Amino acid sequence: MLYINCPHCGMRSQNEFSYGGDASVKRPELNKEISDNEWDDFVYNRKSLRGKHLELWQHISGCRQWIKVERDTSTHEIFRTFKANEEIA
Amino acid sequence: MTQAFRIENGGLINKDKKLSFKFNGKTYFGYEGDTLASALLANGVHLVGRSFKYHRPRGFFGAGVDEPYAVVQLYRNGETEPNIKATEQELFEGLEAKSVNCWPSVNFDIGAINNFLKIFLPAGFYYKTFMWPKSFWYRIYEPFIRKAAGLGVASTKHDKERYEHKYEYCDLLIAGSGPSGLAGAYAAAKNGAKVILAEDKPRFGGSLLTSDVNIGNQSGKDWAEGIIAELKTMPNVVVKNRSQIFGYYDHNMLVMSEKVSDHLPSTKKYHPNKRLWYIRAKEVLISSGSIERPIVFGNNDTPGVMLSSAAKEYLKVYGVLVGRKPLVFTNNDSGYETAIEFKKHGVDPVVLDSRKNPESEIIDEAKNLGINIKNSYVVVAAQGYKKVKSADIASISEDKKQLGKIENMQCDCICVSGFWTPTIHLASQSGNKTKFKEEIDAFVPGQSKQNEITLGAANGVFSLEETLKTSFTAGSELSKKITENDNKIAIPNVVEKKSSQHDKFWCVPLPKGKNYKRFLDFQNDVAVSDVEIALREGYRSIEHVKRYTTLGMATDQGKTSNLNGLQLVSEIENKVVPAVGHTTFRPPYTPVSIGAIVGREVGKHSKPTRKSPMHSWHEKNNAVFVDAGVWLRPRYYKRGNENLFEGSKREAKNVRTNVGVCDVTTLGKIDIKGPDAAELLNRVYTNAWLKLPVGKARYGVMLREDGIVMDDGTTTRISENHYHMTTTTAQAANVLSHLEYYLQLVWPELNVNVVSTTEQWAGAAIAGPKSRDLLQKLFPNSDVSNEGLPFMGYMEGDLFGVKARIFRISFSGELAYEVNVESDYGSFMWEKIMEVGKEFNIQPYGTEALSTLRIEMGHVAGSELDGRTIPFDNALEGLVSKKKDFIGKRSLQRSAFTAEDRQRLVGVVPLDKQTSIPEGSHLVKDDKAPLPNPKLGHISASCWSVEYDNPFSLAILKDGKNMIGQKLFAMSPLKNKVIPVEIVSSHYVDPKGERVRS
Repeated sequence: MLYINCPHCGMRSQNEFSYGGDASVKRPELNKEISDNEWDDFVYNRKSLRGKHLELWQHISGCRQWIKVERDTSTHEIFRTFKANEEIA
Repeated sequence: MTQAFRIENGGLINKDKKLSFKFNGKTYFGYEGDTLASALLANGVHLVGRSFKYHRPRGFFGAGVDEPYAVVQLYRNGETEPNIKATEQELFEGLEAKSVNCWPSVNFDIGAINNFLKIFLPAGFYYKTFMWPKSFWYRIYEPFIRKAAGLGVASTKHDKERYEHKYEYCDLLIAGSGPSGLAGAYAAAKNGAKVILAEDKPRFGGSLLTSDVNIGNQSGKDWAEGIIAELKTMPNVVVKNRSQIFGYYDHNMLVMSEKVSDHLPSTKKYHPNKRLWYIRAKEVLISSGSIERPIVFGNNDTPGVMLSSAAKEYLKVYGVLVGRKPLVFTNNDSGYETAIEFKKHGVDPVVLDSRKNPESEIIDEAKNLGINIKNSYVVVAAQGYKKVKSADIASISEDKKQLGKIENMQCDCICVSGFWTPTIHLASQSGNKTKFKEEIDAFVPGQSKQNEITLGAANGVFSLEETLKTSFTAGSELSKKITENDNKIAIPNVVEKKSSQHDKFWCVPLPKGKNYKRFLDFQNDVAVSDVEIALREGYRSIEHVKRYTTLGMATDQGKTSNLNGLQLVSEIENKVVPAVGHTTFRPPYTPVSIGAIVGREVGKHSKPTRKSPMHSWHEKNNAVFVDAGVWLRPRYYKRGNENLFEGSKREAKNVRTNVGVCDVTTLGKIDIKGPDAAELLNRVYTNAWLKLPVGKARYGVMLREDGIVMDDGTTTRISENHYHMTTTTAQAANVLSHLEYYLQLVWPELNVNVVSTTEQWAGAAIAGPKSRDLLQKLFPNSDVSNEGLPFMGYMEGDLFGVKARIFRISFSGELAYEVNVESDYGSFMWEKIMEVGKEFNIQPYGTEALSTLRIEMGHVAGSELDGRTIPFDNALEGLVSKKKDFIGKRSLQRSAFTAEDRQRLVGVVPLDKQTSIPEGSHLVKDDKAPLPNPKLGHISASCWSVEYDNPFSLAILKDGKNMIGQKLFAMSPLKNKVIPVEIVSSHYVDPKGERVRS
């Protein structure tokens, strides 16, 4: 079971969180004309990365905040965690 | 019966407490502190089971977790449990056990015919034989294999025992209480670290219990006892026996199974049977020791052949002689230690050593005691069927290829030692890349991946002095990092005898003209010849050889067989062992009860049960409950002998004619506040929300980004910046997460807060033509007329002194209202409604009537919003704004979603107006068409229309818009029904929606 550093609550076990997928996906702006391909990329197309991956988790049984977690998908190593609105260098 | 093999003095058992037990129906006696294995051996019982494949007689091979043979069916306190190792099961008064895998009895087992047919049961036999003809599989092959296989029978009864889960955190977790574990724990504890020390056996001390060593001028055993006693007094230390750490998972999470009650005749009140510990450790010290390796020789599975370390443990810990004429067969000094113990207890052993001229202190001691030692000698084969009677022995050439003349030697047990295999399972599970250590012919942990260190015998270090030194140091260093204390511990001086180098010899060649079975894996009956076949047939990867031959795949997971298997493959393939590699170690290290893994979450406890504040009223009034998600909701209120159909029809009818009340507390409720609340709703829902006035409710549909309907419900503007959203019962949690996602990540600029208020409000839906009359009596000071509170209106009211929210919304399609009060007033509200409603013939109605009412009105619910439909499919496209953007809008342009013949909600009536259509039935054009019959749609919900007194269903039908009036067939292969039906409008009752506005 992963041990995730919630930026609001501290170290918590994975069973307090729910997974939210790729954090690098950006929702297209509202009212903007976009192509079918762009929309499909946003809704469906995800890379199944091996290695470092920035992903979303929600601390659903804790502070209910969505957070970003930088995790290696093959080793499960967690490098850094961020608040939802934090700038990532 | 006397315990003929129990020695007079010695052993750590309590001879003052005699225990009786039954094995295969016969009563025996043992002592407190025995295992089932030691007690049986004390009684001279060596035959405990039959082997898995050939049903050959099986005895005891080890004395602990590595045991491959002595797996029994245990009976305790009216329960039965399979797959229990007799070597681990502690004896208690009244214990009962039976042999497994034999019929009719362990002494006469019909399956043993496989032993004489073994030429037909080589590696891959099942794969090759039971392949064809295909039709034989279900009727003949599978039942045969099922009957032949298995190690015991699982109980079919409900388990009365309780199992607990515990979450724990510590600085240093130590797996194993041998010399290394004790030293590490002691040093870390002295530095103030929070330590958990786990030992799988009942007694602490590991090898110190049986080895002849001195630590700090006392015996190893006494030293261990002293350390444990001191650790137990320290508040920062948890010491656990009967506790097996069986899995090492990510981020230093280890799982341990504690046998709390298995050693007792019955579980104590308030105690669990087992406790599963989830331990998050900052550092882990693996001191799991090592397991002795067998040497492979002919008939090496005969009862009476066992590991020499096991024979020593039975003698030193349990005071039991495993034989009176022991033969010790060894390639290293460990065999001598066992021989010396025999000699000390007046038994004359013979030692066969495969080495030519070994010299060491231990061997000198054996010689001085006058023990008969034969160098360059091996056991070629054991003789005897149900018990060793003698051994064929021979001298062996230096290259280990040629055997000398075969002699027969009388013996009643063969104690074998092929050196030691470090127990690296936990280290390997942690991700540690193991490495092969030439000097000991075994793998040891290599580069750590997590915060783990392996020390002592588990790391291939067999010198006690070095083990203690490294372990004390590691304990100090690891704890210093955490507590920043640095208390120096004086490392005690150690007296141990030096060993000589072991012989790299593991398998005795077959003598000419003999075809003895030489077993590698004792639990799965895998012999040398099976691995040879696998390699001849082209299997190369050790993982493939394992699966083809089943080597190392039994419940003992190859603890005694893995390395010899690798040796064999490397020899045939002419590769070094590390090039062959080992199979992956996976948790659990040893079998764990399913009960322990499940814990408390069984039956009703597998999920929480949520009840509305009115629950006890429903109970008192004969409600029949149904699970709605985690909620319990009244399905109908039973009157007399009514069944569900009759009861729900009565309730629904009463709503259509008088007035009914339904508990709608379970609906999800979300409080939304902030200046941008309207903007959020406008983006989340498909319809327009910016102009909703205060005091008004609106129905809305929300989509996922892929255009599929996620949920529906009404949202009411309570005040300028305050909205009250309702969701369906099932989607309440998902909708909240959905809103939080967009507010926190996508549109953080929106100034809005959302919070669940589902449990804060109790809700009652009051529906029916007389509902307004009732409402007026409930709120005499409020104007609830059609003008004062129009359809989709909202007001606050005073319910006999309790503040209430009144919404004029309707799910039933009747004139209806929903009243909410704070949860604590829920039952007050409900009782008032029932009391005041009496004059209007009010009846409560449950979810079944609720469904009936909404279905015949054509209102969609979860069975239509099933995660596969878009607004159009549900006839909700009128709610989809063309002007503004919202979540999922862009997806609605996809070609499949705009297709001319897109599926759509319709009503379905059986032609005979009698036959109810099963939900899930498929709609087809031709009931006689060949399979697969093209499906046009499916029945999503069915009811008995109380308005027209005939069955009515909703369906999602391809090109539904143009199908009204068509005749189709509803087919339910599951219910074996074919029903001719007519497609009608989904708005079966009050199609213009006049009642809700009346």
